[in-house]
Amino acid sequence: MTDAAPAPPRSVLVLGGLSAIARAAAELHAAEGARLVLAGRGKDRLEEVAADLRLRGASAVETVDLDLAACDPEREAPRLVAACGGTVDVVLLAYGMLGDQLRAETDVDHALAVIDVNFRSAAVWCLVFARRLEAQGAGTLAVIGSVAGDRGRRSNHVYGAAKGGLGLLVQGIAHRLAGTGARAVLIKPGLVDTPMTRGFSKGGPLWSSPERVAAAIHAATRSGPAVVHAPAFWRWIMLVIRNLPDAVMHRTKL
Amino acid sequence: MTGSAAETAPVMETATSWGRTERVVALTLHPVFASELVDRPGAGAMRRLPVGLRRSYGTTVLPEDEVVLDLTGLDRLVAFDPETRILKAGAGLSLDRLMRWSVPRGLFPATVPGTRFVTLGGAVANDVHGKNHASAGSFGRAVTGFTLLRSDRGVVRVDRETEPELFAATVGGLGLTGVILDVSLRLVPISSSDLMVETVPFGDFADFLALSEESLGRFEHSVAWVDCTARGARLGRGLFERADRAETGGLVPHDPGRGVPVPFDAPSMAMSRAAVSAFNRAHYARGRRKAGRVRTPYAAFFHPLDGLRDWNRLYGRNGFRQYQCVVPNEAAEAVAVMLDVVSGSDQGSFLAVLKRFGPIPGEGMLSFPMPGVTLALDFRNDGASTLALLDRLDAIVREARGRLYPAKDGRMSPAMFRAGYPALEDFTRRVDPLCGSRFWRRMTA
Repeated sequence: MTDAAPAPPRSVLVLGGLSAIARAAAELHAAEGARLVLAGRGKDRLEEVAADLRLRGASAVETVDLDLAACDPEREAPRLVAACGGTVDVVLLAYGMLGDQLRAETDVDHALAVIDVNFRSAAVWCLVFARRLEAQGAGTLAVIGSVAGDRGRRSNHVYGAAKGGLGLLVQGIAHRLAGTGARAVLIKPGLVDTPMTRGFSKGGPLWSSPERVAAAIHAATRSGPAVVHAPAFWRWIMLVIRNLPDAVMHRTKL
Repeated sequence: MTGSAAETAPVMETATSWGRTERVVALTLHPVFASELVDRPGAGAMRRLPVGLRRSYGTTVLPEDEVVLDLTGLDRLVAFDPETRILKAGAGLSLDRLMRWSVPRGLFPATVPGTRFVTLGGAVANDVHGKNHASAGSFGRAVTGFTLLRSDRGVVRVDRETEPELFAATVGGLGLTGVILDVSLRLVPISSSDLMVETVPFGDFADFLALSEESLGRFEHSVAWVDCTARGARLGRGLFERADRAETGGLVPHDPGRGVPVPFDAPSMAMSRAAVSAFNRAHYARGRRKAGRVRTPYAAFFHPLDGLRDWNRLYGRNGFRQYQCVVPNEAAEAVAVMLDVVSGSDQGSFLAVLKRFGPIPGEGMLSFPMPGVTLALDFRNDGASTLALLDRLDAIVREARGRLYPAKDGRMSPAMFRAGYPALEDFTRRVDPLCGSRFWRRMTA
């Protein structure tokens, strides 16, 4: 993106339009007059979110009722791009599923569901849109990863492995797109207070609001490195955690 | 954030109200969409207590055996009509978020309470009031309708005209008449987000009465802080603030930051008599120095304490009690008697606020405001001695034919409640059979 003013409104495709973080990010795009397409499960709920975004300044909001983890991205992508007006400036991949680590350790189907939602299906969406943005020679693929993907840990290694794998893929796509005019960026939130983390005890200094993470996402869709932590302080926390010797790590319950 | 239509599972949570005197572990639901409640299997038989951001101080937001419905996830804008300036939004939308949307558009709620961290549903359920009560009335006056989920009638659209009784029961109805899902309210146009604020020191309670009398109709907003530790001739001294909207200047929304956090419970010493007294003396002196008219951003005038997140933790582990009463104008002297009692006790009140309510009656059967003088006091919770002091104040309020504000209460007697709210019987008939709270259980025991 150049910073020639005033820029025309961007078209933003949100995969996972009901996610709390995605909604907060969509709000920031809406305030700039963006044209938004929200894809996710449940027409009525998507429409409720869309009505809010219209009142917040979005120039247009369309909704597409789609099970993103179970559909064929190759087949669905054209109509999503059409809903964006033919060109996509930002693709935000925001859907995901935390799952239950203990259950995933014994229930193979649950483990596979976590991997399918967070890695397998998401990877296909990324590859499909990487090709699209490459052909456009413009646009940003922004993908929500997780700090859980930075080091395998006892408390969330199935989710972490899926998000970590997705992170490597996006990092590679960013490398591949370098110089094409298109970009890819991975945003790795830390602990975020959303419906996905209900039941956690929250409120410490490490917890952030979806709004704060959304601000980092919004900035990352404009410019910046291919991998960012949100909020930024997680970069330093994860640097320490990644480098803890096993002898220390294995004595913790992280 | 699964991005799916999966229903929210209930979780066990520790609930506390703003005063932090009681903690309750309760099953809690955090719906993000109203349909999660409306279509929920088994919801028809579930006892429930809807809550918002829990800025109520006492037991109205704590469950007895109810499932807590935390509605803060229902925070979306639904519709806005620029002709009528009526905004329809989810009941969980906070005034904080509402104003961040509305101020740049030159719109403002008709009245706002002393914190912007309240939800629309909570503002309706407590019929909250602000510093402009004399001209705007309380919050319910700008509300044109809402959607209510009743256990006996399902989803009911309640408009002032079509369901006048249910409307009047729900405004100020403490969340007991059903679950408010969305609220429609009329916003007012503003040409600046600033206020021109004038601070006038006053020497005693009689001066306050004269000042508030003189300011009625001349200033849109007025409020006074009283030094509750001053005794004798200085009793009732304080600072009177009165303000109007600036006519020019930008439309600048407040900073979205949540303020500076109070990271831990302060030692109880922090609110000792000496500390409170020193604060009050310093505050009075500062107010005297800066007396005059000053351009002030709206957040600094309406919500000074919101800049300090979790300020309730300053009162230490045992929490604190707030006491807010109103007495009719003809019995205004009762407030001077109360100030005397407080100042003579060893329990300094850190924050003592005096306001004059205007003649516009509340819309609700249990609306707190009535024409007269309202006094709000904070006390560190010292257990029995605090309760004994509040009982003494109750007697004065009752004698003056005044009433207490349920949103602030965690200890008033059922008799005190009945005495203050003559429409209570009418109200009780309209309570949802499955709604309840710790407060309501105590009042109806």
